[in-house]
Amino acid sequence: MAKASNAARPEPQRLNSVEELATLRQELLDSKDPNQAEIVVCYGTGCLASGARQVEAALKKALKAADMDVKVRPLIKTTGCRGFCSQGPLVVIQPEGIFYQKVSPQDAEDIVQALAQDAGPVQRLLYRDPKTGETIPHEKDIPFYKLQERLVLRRIGSIDPTDIYDTIAAGGYQALAKALTSMEPEQVVAEVEKSGLRGRGGAGFPTGRKWRGALKAIEKKGRPVYVVCNGDEGDPGAFMDCMVMEGDPHAVLEGMILGAYALGAEQGYLYVRAEYPVAIEHLSIAIEQARSLGLLGENILGSGFSFDVRINRGAGAFVCGESTALFTSIEGKAGEPRPKYVRSVEEGLWGRPTVLNNVETWANVPLIIENGGDWYAGIGVPHSTGTKVFSLVGKVNNVGLVEVPMGVPLGHIVEEIGGGVPGGKPFKAVQTGGPSGGCIPYELKDTPVDFDSLKAAGSMMGSGGMIVMDERDCVVDVARYFLRFLEEESCGKCIPCRLGLTRMREILDDFSRGKGSQKDLEDLESLAQAIKDGALCALGGSAPNPLLATLRYFRDEYLAHIEGHKCPAGVCKDLITYRIDPDKCTGCTSCARMCPQGAISGEKKKPHAIDESACIRCGICLETCEFGAVEVF
Amino acid sequence: MSPQESKLIDIDEIIDSYPGRPEYLIFLLQDIQAAFNYISPEALALVCDHTGVPLSRAYSVATFYKSFSLEPRGEHEIKVCDGTACHLRRSELLVEHLERRLGVPAGGTTKDLRLTLDTISCPGCCASSPVVMLDEDYYPKFTTRQLDELLKDLEAD
Ligand SMILES: Cc1cc2nc3c(=O)[nH]c(=O)nc-3n(C[C@H](O)[C@H](O)[C@H](O)COP(=O)(O)O)c2cc1C
Ligand code: SF4
Ligand code: FES
Ligand code: FES
Repeated sequence: MAKASNAARPEPQRLNSVEELATLRQELLDSKDPNQAEIVVCYGTGCLASGARQVEAALKKALKAADMDVKVRPLIKTTGCRGFCSQGPLVVIQPEGIFYQKVSPQDAEDIVQALAQDAGPVQRLLYRDPKTGETIPHEKDIPFYKLQERLVLRRIGSIDPTDIYDTIAAGGYQALAKALTSMEPEQVVAEVEKSGLRGRGGAGFPTGRKWRGALKAIEKKGRPVYVVCNGDEGDPGAFMDCMVMEGDPHAVLEGMILGAYALGAEQGYLYVRAEYPVAIEHLSIAIEQARSLGLLGENILGSGFSFDVRINRGAGAFVCGESTALFTSIEGKAGEPRPKYVRSVEEGLWGRPTVLNNVETWANVPLIIENGGDWYAGIGVPHSTGTKVFSLVGKVNNVGLVEVPMGVPLGHIVEEIGGGVPGGKPFKAVQTGGPSGGCIPYELKDTPVDFDSLKAAGSMMGSGGMIVMDERDCVVDVARYFLRFLEEESCGKCIPCRLGLTRMREILDDFSRGKGSQKDLEDLESLAQAIKDGALCALGGSAPNPLLATLRYFRDEYLAHIEGHKCPAGVCKDLITYRIDPDKCTGCTSCARMCPQGAISGEKKKPHAIDESACIRCGICLETCEFGAVEVF
Repeated sequence: MSPQESKLIDIDEIIDSYPGRPEYLIFLLQDIQAAFNYISPEALALVCDHTGVPLSRAYSVATFYKSFSLEPRGEHEIKVCDGTACHLRRSELLVEHLERRLGVPAGGTTKDLRLTLDTISCPGCCASSPVVMLDEDYYPKFTTRQLDELLKDLEAD
């Protein structure tokens, strides 16, 4: 069943008791040589995009050619995203934890030879601390990792997500074993309540309270009750849930099994975004493997408790991340939200009591059950406990996945873990919460990142997208971008959302062309309020947020557009001019050849010039010029 | 999957792989879309017969979700990521460049059915933004010049 990435594997055999799981785990641990060399290749989407597949193939070839002596015969293993995507493709040598970055296929031989001859790490592939200039050979010493607290992500990057034995050896399904042997279902709910866990999907609703509500609904209506995982990850700039599903699918499954045990559910659903084929594949493999070991399906670990899950692939509609739309979609219909007169815990999927939680929420549950609610509540800050995974992207040096305790200051994440903005200038703002969120300006960089502080600052936690903007990013453009996204994704069922978003976007379109007045700004604000009040679901209801937050902190930039007819960041096309600096231009002619408009003229080896009236501001000359002579005003 | 291969797939086989219940409508449409690159009127009718869903409702589902297409899509698909990180790296300029080069708007297919141009939301490799995908392959930190080369390679193909 599993990929033969590790040596001898027991044949999958149904585990009939918690003791048999413990025995299996012990056997797996005993059979593992702690000194076994492993070449671990990151197979997360980021590293795949930068060439991990080719690196792995080259490593395999080099290994074959090297004919290593019996002492060092490394295994090659692929894992989910290690988090430090901007340094990819990543290769880590275990057990030492040597961290190689930006590896190319040409480096494979040196990596293999260094291992074979026990010659120490390949120096040129090591991470170099940008502050001290020194190389840091071990992953654990790199500031990016050292400053994080990786709990949800603890196994990602060390386990092969397609091999359940790897997960079990690393402690997977221990929480389930504990619950089945020593906890009544109600105690599981109580433990989650005690932990203070709040939903990671956006709204931050207390998970324990949701489960308790479902128990009450069951008292009234009886079973069946369903547990559902929201893996729709609609925020267009976020990929935490994707990496959790890809990198540690069993964590999500184990969380759902625990939830099902707590509530007495027999069927669960995983709703996964269509654009995540690898997540779907890894979850499917995980489900099949868990079933064959008796961790899922009939009579789990011989306990008499039965539960199974099914995957529903999304079909490309952002609104289906909303709870009622998601249920409608699972039922096979167009995913339009329903009015929430009755709460989902009472009347959700198929009209039955239902608990819907986000991927990361589910992945936190095994941690809580294994270590206790009190332990969990001790992490983070009082009303936002535990850790949160963020996808840190945009104008920041260290792009990737980071996990920190709730309540750390925003600036710490961006500047210390993220390594700050390329070029060393301060960031302009950080966008959080995606299309329903807002932004926090640099001046508020000490804002603690927790549910309530972000809200007070006019943004929101959202699902964990964190987009760093610098002075070359325009807030009008970003507000317009999110509005356009939501306008397209609106299901059109209610008028404030359908018409209101379009009107708002039109006004912003005008702003980006330098047209508008103070009055338009005021109209925009009152329109925003009307949409907030009148929309049926939170897609419409939160759609004005990015606009309102940027307006709150960057009103001047809006005014610069409509009164000064300038885009200070140099983004809005109708308000910028491309020019060639005659002092820097060498007359190489390459921009003139690339310009689709033929708008650039000049003699060879003489400074060129752009005909402004013909220029369509496509940016090709800027991209083409190797001398930095093209400037944007 | 290339259309050549998909011709070998029997639509009945897809349909029979799911129980005939309304909740399987979306599963069926997804598999048909994947196999044939679009959902033909005949296919839609077959799905309705099997699941007992009225045609009008199946039609509204097929048009509601973005991943379904009722018209044939191109043999290849070029997708520019328009997620937030890529947007900040001006992915819009790449889309506009392709629109000019191919003469179709985003979402459109060239007349010869060779190529469909589309945008996607973040596939999870923001470290490489702006990202372009040709079918299943990722192209990191892409530029208009590289796009031109990619198109040229495709033409030569
Ligand atoms: C338009 C819209 C889109 C949403 N998209 C997602 C999503 O992609 N993933 C998610 O977990 N929650 C999403 N939510 C929130 C869900 O409705 C729901 O609150 C959440 O899945 C509950 O899980 P939690 O309590 O564990 O966060 C969305 C909500 C709205 C209104
Ligand atoms: S607010 Fe928008 S997305 Fe939500 S139900 Fe109304 S129209 Fe649909
Ligand atoms: S994909 Fe390799 S570190 Fe993120
Ligand atoms: S936004 Fe384009 S890859 Fe994430």
